[in-house]
Amino acid sequence: MDFDLSEEQQLLQDGARRLLADRYDFESRRRIMAAPPGYSPALWAAYAEMGLLGMPFAAADGGFDGGPEGVMIVSELLGEVLALEPWLATVVLGGGVLRHAATREQRAALLPGVIAGTTLLAFAHTEAQSRYDLADCATAATMQGGGWVLDGAKMVVLHGETADHLIVTARTSGSRRDSAGISLFLVPAGADGLVRRGYTTADGMRAADITLSHVKVGADALLGSPGAGLEVAERVVDEAIAALAAEAVGAMQASLRLTLEYLKTRKQFGRAIGSFQALQHRAADMMVAIEQARSMAMLAAMQVAETDADLRRRRMRAVKIEIGRAARLVGQQSIQLHGGIGMTMEYAIGHYFKRLTAIDTLFGDADHHLHMLAEAGGLADAA
Amino acid sequence: MDLRFTEEEQAFRREVRAFIDAELPRATRERLAAGLGPTKAMTVDWQRRLNARGWAVPHWPVAWGGQPWSAIKRYILSEEMQAAPAPAPLGFNVAMCGPVVIAFGTEAQKKRFLPRMANLDDWWCQGFSEPGAGSDLASLKTRAVRQGDHYVVNGQKTWTTSAQHADWMFLLARTDPDNPKAQEGISFLLLDMKTPGITVRPIVTIDGGREVNEVFFDDVRVPAEHLVGTEHRGWDCAKFLLSNERTGQARVGASKERLRRLREVARTTPGDGGVPLADNPRFRTRFAEIEVQLKALEMTTLRVLADENRALKERKPNPASSVLKIRGTEIQQAISELYVMAAGPYGLAAAAADADTDALPDWMALAQGTYFNWRKQSIYGGSNEIQKNIMAKAFMGL
Ligand SMILES: Cc1cc2nc3c(=O)[nH]c(=O)nc-3n(C[C@H](O)[C@H](O)[C@H](O)COP(=O)(O)OP(=O)(O)OC[C@H]3O[C@@H](n4cnc5c(N)ncnc54)[C@H](O)[C@@H]3O)c2cc1C
Repeated sequence: MDFDLSEEQQLLQDGARRLLADRYDFESRRRIMAAPPGYSPALWAAYAEMGLLGMPFAAADGGFDGGPEGVMIVSELLGEVLALEPWLATVVLGGGVLRHAATREQRAALLPGVIAGTTLLAFAHTEAQSRYDLADCATAATMQGGGWVLDGAKMVVLHGETADHLIVTARTSGSRRDSAGISLFLVPAGADGLVRRGYTTADGMRAADITLSHVKVGADALLGSPGAGLEVAERVVDEAIAALAAEAVGAMQASLRLTLEYLKTRKQFGRAIGSFQALQHRAADMMVAIEQARSMAMLAAMQVAETDADLRRRRMRAVKIEIGRAARLVGQQSIQLHGGIGMTMEYAIGHYFKRLTAIDTLFGDADHHLHMLAEAGGLADAA
Repeated sequence: MDLRFTEEEQAFRREVRAFIDAELPRATRERLAAGLGPTKAMTVDWQRRLNARGWAVPHWPVAWGGQPWSAIKRYILSEEMQAAPAPAPLGFNVAMCGPVVIAFGTEAQKKRFLPRMANLDDWWCQGFSEPGAGSDLASLKTRAVRQGDHYVVNGQKTWTTSAQHADWMFLLARTDPDNPKAQEGISFLLLDMKTPGITVRPIVTIDGGREVNEVFFDDVRVPAEHLVGTEHRGWDCAKFLLSNERTGQARVGASKERLRRLREVARTTPGDGGVPLADNPRFRTRFAEIEVQLKALEMTTLRVLADENRALKERKPNPASSVLKIRGTEIQQAISELYVMAAGPYGLAAAAADADTDALPDWMALAQGTYFNWRKQSIYGGSNEIQKNIMAKAFMGL
């Protein structure tokens, strides 16, 4: 067992950290957020140049071959600065589906663009009725003249508005909540009948609601085997949970740093508020939560490639539970310890709180996963 | 970064399991599995078997019976012992006094005491706390006055765990009462419990147990050669002792074992509405919640262990280490609460001394008592509040 970064990983981390430190101060972030497309294309190009966008992809596909640890390192750094770029949507989610389900030809057509930062992807799976249930899919795809026709609606598609291609879950057989019968389709964003309505999410990122009305795609739009899309979707969502766990650790670490700076400088009753023990113990609670969360982010990197899907799901639920709980505690206490200033849009800490709240919500909050894990009979291996 | 156990580490785990299966007496294992503590004889017997194998004090220097192992390997050994479950080697000997003698003692002290500590020929107890000196240990008042080649000790210790079993005590006593700095006039002494003038009085804990004592000293004579380290500098030894074995406090293996047993018995324990407890949604949710926290703690423990060499070299403690005491004790306490919930009304019947505990499975009979007893975990070893004070100062600069 070895928790140290390899030399290559260390170089990667140092390089990415420098880039972000130079270009992602809070003021720059505000400017980026205020103007379309809601993230920085220039920084996206810079990530590509550093090789970050190729992180999870195999060398044979032109990727960096950085594995889950590489994704963890990058995600944590992006979390520290609250980066707005479509890393999760394009590289982790969209790229994940391509890694696990696409043929060599499909990968060759798309991955070079993803890795170079010129192709953006989004993963469209949430529907009005589905909440966190990936199997609950009413969007339908029917065979027609050698191709497919898609009908349905998707919601809160992360970075769906700017994506060049959408990866859409659609039912090719079975009824609404069956786990078999879901297929994955690659749909060009400009396809006839596809309408997107983009908006800013609660955490300042971008997402879109999408309707598909009789959208026609070719036979080669199908990713993976027909009807077997759920397994891929679950695997990719687990990878997203691992990435979000690391991002949350970065965001929590930054929140604690900001909070400690404030505790040391803000004076009331003639002394720094950090000298009050009630606040010291809150800060200690935050640190405990962050260290436990960091452990879980590492567990996630360790386990996300587990081939036993049931075991992997249980572990990733455990990760999401601990991350969600920590994110809530750290987010809320950060605001509380800042007092009134923590409530202002002008000040960074509130933005961390909002992103941490979003991270808990994405792909199932702590209570959802706790319920699912309990139903499944628990972790089973911890005991 | 490679977050898996190596093949060598896995092989070692198998070796440990085989050793435990071959050597651990069945009666000991059964008693511990039922949730009871080991008897003194069981602890002594087991530690001697470990010592014969060279495994009683692996973290000590090789010259004194230790092993040149990585921290991970030591962890595997202790985790497997907790999982068995087997008695832990006596902490007062192997984790507390032994390392102090190794770091601060004379050659003569090492030769005389260390082999007997490792083999549990002497049972040690810890005389630190006093009625007026708990968290603020440096305010202790027990006096040791130098008279010729002896110290004469007067005063009182309290909360002394297993003093009734002990052959020896390591204690802190004030040797320089005139020093205005409370920490600077204290010495670390080794005391033979058979010396005249010592009175041990039991304190009964809320679970009815007898594990702690008051110890009174009335002109107790301690040979000067039993001073460890420099006179008046005993606080250095105490600080060193208290900072050791942080990872031991997480007791991940023991918590895993407790959960494993609870999962098992829940299958045949009635829950509400005619279904087994194992199918009760509240129980399942609470169980899963604790499992998740324990999983995180296990990873944190491994991180701290893997980082131990660097932390020692750079003399920079890993912030994750303070998590171990706090979360480790909280999780153990939460598990004890879950046992109370699991035993339900039947747990009440077993609380009194006149209860017919034979009518109940052991785990049920013990659930409430263990819950009561385990409140101690967040109090001793530096209370959890004190841990947070330390974190605020050491890691956060507050
Ligand atoms: C079962 C058991 C076994 C023990 N075994 C031994 C033994 O073998 N040898 C030995 O020497 N001692 C032993 N102890 C003693 C133990 O170390 C002390 O109980 C512990 O140090 C706390 O001291 P106290 O009980 O005097 O509580 P106090 O120090 O009076 O604390 C009372 C409360 O105040 C809090 N508090 C105190 N100071 C602060 C502060 N600065 N900031 C915030 N909160 C604070 C504490 O956290 C606690 O909640 C044992 C105790 C128990 C319960």
